Amino acid sequence: MKDEVTREERVAGLKGLGCSRKRVEDARFTQGKGNYVDDIKLPGMLHGDFVRSPYAHARIKSINIDAAMALPGVTAVLTAKDLEPLGLHWMPTLAGDKQMVLADGKVLFQGQEVAFVVASDRYVAADAVELVEVDYEELEVIVDPFKSLQSDVVLREDLVAEDGSIPNGAHGPRKHPNHIFTWEAGEEEATNQVIDNADVVATEEMYYHRTHPCPLETCGSVASMDKVNGKLTLWGTFQAPHVVRTVASLLSGIEEHNIRVVSPDIGGGFGNKVGVYPGYVCSIVASIVTGVPVKWVEDRMENLMSTAFARDYWMKGKISATKEGKITGLHCHVTADHGAFDACADPTKFPAGFMNICTGSYDIPVAYLGVDGVYTNKAPGGVSYRCSFRVTEAVYFIERMIEVLAIELNMDPAELRSINFIKKEQFPYTAALGWEYDSGDYQTAWDKALLAVDYKGLRAEQAERVEAFKRGETRKVMGIGLSFFTEIVGAGPVKNCDILGMGMFDSCEIRIHPTGSAVARLGTISQGQGHATTFAQILATEIGLSAESITIEEGDTDTAPYGLGTYGSRSTPVAGAAAAMAGRKIRAKAQMIAAYLLEVHDNDVEFDVDRFVVKGTPEQFKTMKEIAYAAYNQAIPGLEPGLEAVSYYDPPNMTYPFGAYVCVMDIDVDTGVPEIRRFYALDDCGTRINPMVIEGQIHGGLTEALAVALGQEIAYDDMGNVKTATLMDFFLPTAWEVPNYETDFTVTPSPHHPIGAKGVGESPHVGGVPCFSNAVQDAFRPFGNRHTNMPHDHWRIWQTANNLGMHD
Amino acid sequence: MIPAAFEYYRPTDMAGVIALLQEHGDDARVIAGGHSLIPMMKLRMADVPHLIDLQAIKGLNGIAITDGTVTIGAMVTQHEIINSAEMEKAAPIMKEAALQIADPQVRYMGTVGGNVANGDPGNDMPGLMQCLNAQFHLTGPDGDRTVDARDFYEAAYMTDREDEEVLTAVSFAAPVGGFAYEKQKRKIGDYATAAAAVQISKEGGKVAAASIAMTNLSDTPVWSDSAGAALVGTACDDAAVKAAVTAMLGDIDPTEDNRGPVAFKRHAAGIVLGRAITRAWSRA
Repeated sequence: MKDEVTREERVAGLKGLGCSRKRVEDARFTQGKGNYVDDIKLPGMLHGDFVRSPYAHARIKSINIDAAMALPGVTAVLTAKDLEPLGLHWMPTLAGDKQMVLADGKVLFQGQEVAFVVASDRYVAADAVELVEVDYEELEVIVDPFKSLQSDVVLREDLVAEDGSIPNGAHGPRKHPNHIFTWEAGEEEATNQVIDNADVVATEEMYYHRTHPCPLETCGSVASMDKVNGKLTLWGTFQAPHVVRTVASLLSGIEEHNIRVVSPDIGGGFGNKVGVYPGYVCSIVASIVTGVPVKWVEDRMENLMSTAFARDYWMKGKISATKEGKITGLHCHVTADHGAFDACADPTKFPAGFMNICTGSYDIPVAYLGVDGVYTNKAPGGVSYRCSFRVTEAVYFIERMIEVLAIELNMDPAELRSINFIKKEQFPYTAALGWEYDSGDYQTAWDKALLAVDYKGLRAEQAERVEAFKRGETRKVMGIGLSFFTEIVGAGPVKNCDILGMGMFDSCEIRIHPTGSAVARLGTISQGQGHATTFAQILATEIGLSAESITIEEGDTDTAPYGLGTYGSRSTPVAGAAAAMAGRKIRAKAQMIAAYLLEVHDNDVEFDVDRFVVKGTPEQFKTMKEIAYAAYNQAIPGLEPGLEAVSYYDPPNMTYPFGAYVCVMDIDVDTGVPEIRRFYALDDCGTRINPMVIEGQIHGGLTEALAVALGQEIAYDDMGNVKTATLMDFFLPTAWEVPNYETDFTVTPSPHHPIGAKGVGESPHVGGVPCFSNAVQDAFRPFGNRHTNMPHDHWRIWQTANNLGMHD
Repeated sequence: MIPAAFEYYRPTDMAGVIALLQEHGDDARVIAGGHSLIPMMKLRMADVPHLIDLQAIKGLNGIAITDGTVTIGAMVTQHEIINSAEMEKAAPIMKEAALQIADPQVRYMGTVGGNVANGDPGNDMPGLMQCLNAQFHLTGPDGDRTVDARDFYEAAYMTDREDEEVLTAVSFAAPVGGFAYEKQKRKIGDYATAAAAVQISKEGGKVAAASIAMTNLSDTPVWSDSAGAALVGTACDDAAVKAAVTAMLGDIDPTEDNRGPVAFKRHAAGIVLGRAITRAWSRA
């Protein structure tokens, strides 16, 4: 039979790699048909709610639950005393510390969980919360990490020995009761030597403020303990459902096969849903105690006040260079405010995440990084908000240091970057702080970006505008924000990346059905990234079946293969690779089946889009659909029936996406209001799976970058009260505040990833924050500005102008 | 974010409302659009055991413009203000201000009566009503009375309205001349960092009359008589604007919050007023 469909049509029909296929998830999301944790309603289900501490630091003298228990509809009020016999009043954190599930004798941050009320409905639970009487004795509050390291006030009495000595923490020696760890990378002595003898040195201190991922859906869980068959089912907002299953098993003693964890649709995670929260534990305990399902879903204020924050890094940098601008050394010290418990979500051996990527995209011969983690009376967390572990902090640091060095050298910051880029021929490149960058072509991307925005023209315009301002003709100044970033994503190789001992591989399992459609399950879980769309595209190209015929399932630990979940842009680099490798196993078996059906040797057939053809005789072929049918329904000598594959992928290296961003901003110096005139974003994420999804990810990441740079913060007063606990004060941009984004790309495939993809979801956030911030700072550079801290909200911008005498 | 239990009433006439208010005293509150009250109840910052919905009361709706007087029923929404051609003709500052309140969803529900009666210094309509020298119409057990908007606000959330009274309408003489409502805010949905309402009338190239009010810069809306007076008789030149701003700064008393420190708010207030005056003058 002659094939009347052209090869191009067959490729298009697959909707595989490179196709801007519409997101299959959106039909349900846009029609309100998603199924989130709070949509789960089970017969007899009870509702939990927390009594939370109004104080940031206080001893608990007594808790009286009598009035609450007397309220009709209240089933139980759990306190630490009730959890203690189960060993669940404290729980381990992902960072090797432990955290109170319910306040054990004292509270350490405002909003901390003190008691868990279980009632017949959500309203009764909220009323009962008001009736629990807690007698607090206020203690001195510490919200400043530097003061914390000098203070006599011991925040964590559990971490001081009876003789007053300070035992080692999970990451080695601690030098003060409120000190968590010191983590170092690189050569301090050699770095200091280079800096001390350098032609030019720029130093700067910068505070990357505390903020919060603030997913639209808050955190929650539904626990259902079936006492008859001993099986616990837990639905929840989990970015890593398998890790939750293992941790739940280790904590509760329930065997892992008796625990089923399900992440249903998740309304955004951004790192906020990686950790384990007291609400999850309490819903499980309450279901075990009551024998019926128990739901816990936090409200917005609880989410902002008590679940994982991001950033809060006090960074001190020194960078040295020759007079010509060649960087010779970099020194960075971070004082990291971790709040009351060290609940950072980082790979175990990296208590400051991948902060040691802070040499950025530049060839810096010698560098040193030291990080000190500190306890304060703030909420725990320290998660990677739309970034790989602490990479936003690292990129912000180096991109600000470059700008400050440019000021010191009186050099254009774009040129300074060009002088120092790691060159194309240097890859794979081992950075001074240890990472091996897999691939890159920075100069090409940079030149393309600068040309696209007419960088020289912008600088000329800016110079004219400065003169016009000085002549009193305008009250607006113009800033050109630059950033060039390299991400480190796809954690990660099991040899150096694990979480609580669990290696950070990921997985994919594929079943081809007899009629030539398929289901694939992965160890990751989409929170809006569009996995059901894009993973099907990877498989379509690998196995020659249309993406429309491939269902992607994630998030149910009873069906999905074990994986470490979705965060740190790891889904495509790790699970995407597993999908490709599993697809290749399918193809290998399909080749044998095709050869048998075509009555030729295995080596005489080759794969062509959606079929195997006899080499040199393309009219002789078997389509993948035909092969799938035969796999199940025809006895093939030497082959088992069926067409299935599973792959567990341990990546040989991280991937290193990069990008070049430019922001043009006009700032009203009298009101402090910034207007973004233009934002250009060039991303290189290697092989592009779905350009439309990539563009959507970039828009989203840039918008969260804009938020963080221009106003989004979790602020505390001196008493440890959260000043930004509602969306009135916590800045979540709407369409009104968001500018138009221009996106662009280059393609430098990852040499070690099966399809060359690198991950993209977090790049725009990582690169965007310094770009927006640099635009603000660049606007004031001609008037003497060197560095001001984010967030650049109206009053802080106004303050910058005021300090520079621009209101005189 | 779950309110305490409350009784819900939906009387069909004002006598029913007054009777409930008399019965329950300060345990009762009337609800119009609910966009201030319901969040306060959910945060359990407002304890309202008896909630009286005004939606079914006749006579609280509609915009009437007769003999140069604009009367707005308490239940008229911001959305209706924005879409009323008559209003735009009679008092265009109303539309300009209403468009800067919150977002479309809120404006579909939020009412003029609720906005002015709640006494929240962050609300925009109270300041605007100062500028327009409006009257507030109240009804209660002792019958109807009228209060000048400029006498209505005592402190944050404290007004001249008695617990057993209901604000039924606002009215004002249709303003003449140029107008502007200028508001600086951090984002859509936010209260003002600083906002200014300005009406200016012009005769022979000079300011004949000027009325200036400021929002969210004290614990009540601020009508700055002296700022308006500083403009009268001038050609609204830079010096006059400066004098008006200086006068206004004497009347406001902002406090520090997440929008910024006092020095910034005072500076922003001056800038916002200057721009409002310039725009109003250009339209006069």
